Amino acid sequence: MHELSVALGIVKIAEDETKKANAKKVELIELEIGTLAGIEFESLDFVWSSAVRNTVLENAVKKIDIIKAKAKCVDCDTVFNINYLYDSCPSCNSNFKGIIQGKELRVKALEVI
Amino acid sequence: MCGTCGCGSGENGVRILNPLDAKKHDNHEHHHHQAVGRSHSHEHSHEHHHKTVLEVEQNILQHNDVMAARNKGYFEAKNIFAINLVSSPGSGKTSILERTLKDLKKEIPFYVIEGDQQTLNDANRIAAINIPVIQINTGKGCHLESDMVYDAVKKLDIQNDSILMIENVGNLVCPSMFNLGESKRVVIISTTEGVDKPIKYPDMFHTSDVCIINKIDLLPYVDIDLEELKQYALKVNPNLQFFEMSATTGEGMENWYNWLKTQKP
Repeated sequence: MHELSVALGIVKIAEDETKKANAKKVELIELEIGTLAGIEFESLDFVWSSAVRNTVLENAVKKIDIIKAKAKCVDCDTVFNINYLYDSCPSCNSNFKGIIQGKELRVKALEVI
Repeated sequence: MCGTCGCGSGENGVRILNPLDAKKHDNHEHHHHQAVGRSHSHEHSHEHHHKTVLEVEQNILQHNDVMAARNKGYFEAKNIFAINLVSSPGSGKTSILERTLKDLKKEIPFYVIEGDQQTLNDANRIAAINIPVIQINTGKGCHLESDMVYDAVKKLDIQNDSILMIENVGNLVCPSMFNLGESKRVVIISTTEGVDKPIKYPDMFHTSDVCIINKIDLLPYVDIDLEELKQYALKVNPNLQFFEMSATTGEGMENWYNWLKTQKP
């Protein structure tokens, strides 16, 4: 259940940034999470309420932008959508690929008051 | 709640223990992490409701990555080759470690960090072979994080030009996300596990450099096709390097030892 560590990482960033901006609380938090980032969204929802209790995020709306993973084939340069890390290149069947997006795990923006 | 191990109280907090002075430390709990800052209690006498949008763009695991970079810098400066050993519980991480240390300790200075949720058992096994070892008990935490390793490394006082073995918590999922600053990540799978484990738990195989297939002495008794297992692993990570061995009989350990010797700074 590493989602709890992730949720607490989000809380820490929100606390730090809210303090820096001299704000009181967060109304909206925007996250960017890639489909290959290793996060189960249901697990994140499950731990969210206990992680944000008594923090600036307690009543914040959580918005997640899901970034669909893409890879580029090392052998033939084809860029393709990938659902699993073991997907091969659809053009040449090579397993050598670089993940170009989909590993994101970021706090994008906070709307604070 | 502790941001690193997810514990709710000191009772289950992360503990960093030296088996040699465990008795002294028995009632001494290390909290490497302060509870995450709580909301500020200062009150504003007037309400102002203008919203501000903060473009944060921050990696959520940034703290772990920064501390991992710090560990890596320390290892490089002291010429320490650090291995992060990961696997499911029961694949034989500790047995491989024990055998390796016994066979090579005259040639290579070794240090060990053991990660488990509870107990000093693994550290005691390593200490019994006279290798400096620190045990990290993660409490309810399911993986090691770089700041725990940072604290453990400080206690180990590692000499230059040596090898540090970090045995992660037995778990094929969570440790994959947490870089510890290691030089190489080694994933262990045993012949009693399924051939499709690499695609069931792809993140761990994707982030590893080496894959050890352990318990090959059991091959006559188990129904597993090693070639098929390797094909699955290579689909996830075509750069994986394999070693087949049995930590019980010693078969195949030689290739692994030769690899370690060539990696050693």
